Amino acid sequence: MTDQPLVKDFATDFDHLDPQWVNDPYPIWEDLRGRCPVAHTERFGGAWFPATHEGVSAVAKDTEHFTSRQVIISYTRPTDEDLPAPIGLAPPITSDPPFHVDARRLILPAFAPGPINALEPAIRELCNRLLDNLGDHEIVNAGDEYAQFIPPAVIAKMLGFPPEDEDFFREIIHNIISGADNQDDAERERRQAETEEYFNKQIQDHIDNPRDDLTTYLLNVELGGQKLQHDHVRGTMILILVAGIDTTWSAIGASIWHLAQNPDDLARLVNEPELMPVAIEEFLRFYAPVTMGRMVKEDFDFNGCPMKKDDWVLLGFPAANRDPAAFKDADKFIIDREENRHVAFGLGIHRCAGSNLARLELRIAIEEFIKRYPKFELANPEGVTWAAGQVRGPRNLPVKVLK
Amino acid sequence: MKVTIDAELCQGQGRCFAIAPDLFGFDDMGNGIVIGDGSLDESSLKLAQLAQANCPEHAIFIEE
Ligand code: HEM
Repeated sequence: MTDQPLVKDFATDFDHLDPQWVNDPYPIWEDLRGRCPVAHTERFGGAWFPATHEGVSAVAKDTEHFTSRQVIISYTRPTDEDLPAPIGLAPPITSDPPFHVDARRLILPAFAPGPINALEPAIRELCNRLLDNLGDHEIVNAGDEYAQFIPPAVIAKMLGFPPEDEDFFREIIHNIISGADNQDDAERERRQAETEEYFNKQIQDHIDNPRDDLTTYLLNVELGGQKLQHDHVRGTMILILVAGIDTTWSAIGASIWHLAQNPDDLARLVNEPELMPVAIEEFLRFYAPVTMGRMVKEDFDFNGCPMKKDDWVLLGFPAANRDPAAFKDADKFIIDREENRHVAFGLGIHRCAGSNLARLELRIAIEEFIKRYPKFELANPEGVTWAAGQVRGPRNLPVKVLK
Repeated sequence: MKVTIDAELCQGQGRCFAIAPDLFGFDDMGNGIVIGDGSLDESSLKLAQLAQANCPEHAIFIEE
């Protein structure tokens, strides 16, 4: 994952790839909030990490001092030439104002509640098909054999990709998300080329055979009276794929992980299905999977921190969600929490465009799982591994089905 | 009493129309909108307050 030295002090030398952070970041964030609300590190060429809700909110809403042109933090820092603001490689997530709003408005209608809610029956059917495949084994892998399969199938369907490409998608997502690993440049370039080639092929196929899906929509939609450049279309398709898959799979997995260890919460959800929407928000708060990144535009002072141009900022929505200044009993999972202003989907202009879809997938995945398996526990608590990087969720998740 | 959404602040987090679908709807972009003129009685006030307390963007306002 990383060959860097282990972290001794997270306030001055933090590293979100450090094993301690990967395994259990919550005590680290709590400690930081108490003594140094904005941590710093020389790693990654210099980065900052606000650990409070206030700090995260301030950065997320300040597009004047922070740019989104690279949101995944790594040892390779893009220069101004590599990633031209304000568009960036994957609009709208890598775009800044004023361009951002146009790129975002292009995709929002496809992810608004109307079209998304229409997917409910198909998602339910998919979940049941996966559960049928799991069968009545005593031990089922709720990560690799269930949670992991749901988002790619849904997104592939939205984009109009051949269903048999699903395994390849997961490889692509791995290629892009694991960019923070210390891969060598040649390998990174090879993988990037592979990804681009696949998308170009899909774009060409949709030009030749237009159909009613998101790819065709992106090829036809107009921005300022012009169709989008293919680079823009491809960037947005890649973004939707990447942004929608391991994020949602992590949320589903973490929720199942929680229920496997908290039989009272599981029993309540089984017996009071009407609690589900509120419970989903608490799963999202407590196990928020997504941490974003920003870069500092110009030298400036942020709450006493001397930020330099091109410093990274790690934008910890999951940390904000555990801040006692913003949530009552922030460190407790309360399945029927009534007031829950969580920021799992971000804050401000980049609010997750796919949040309606993510919630729908998460709700149905949990509903169907607990309908099929009303009682279960972790088969091997120590064997659960957590993804390293900016998307956190359980990967290997064997659960034991109880009779 | 009246409930309003500040369209400048709303980012389409989608909490209000999930919590109080009789008071809030959404537009083509998925941003929240107030249904009708936003007038509240005692029971709808509670729901409006709950939606307000769950809006991450602090975009919901209730006027006495
Ligand atoms: C539980 C699952 C998910 C979580 C926790 C999540 C979280 C986030 C967060 C925190 C952001 C803000 C990025 C920033 O501030 O830089 C974001 C942006 C985004 N997400 Fe998600 N996401 C999830 C699922 C999805 C899905 C299913 C899709 C689409 C299929 C999606 C598409 C996007 C897009 C397009 C953006 C960029 C929006 C913009 O920059 O205007 N996400 N997501």
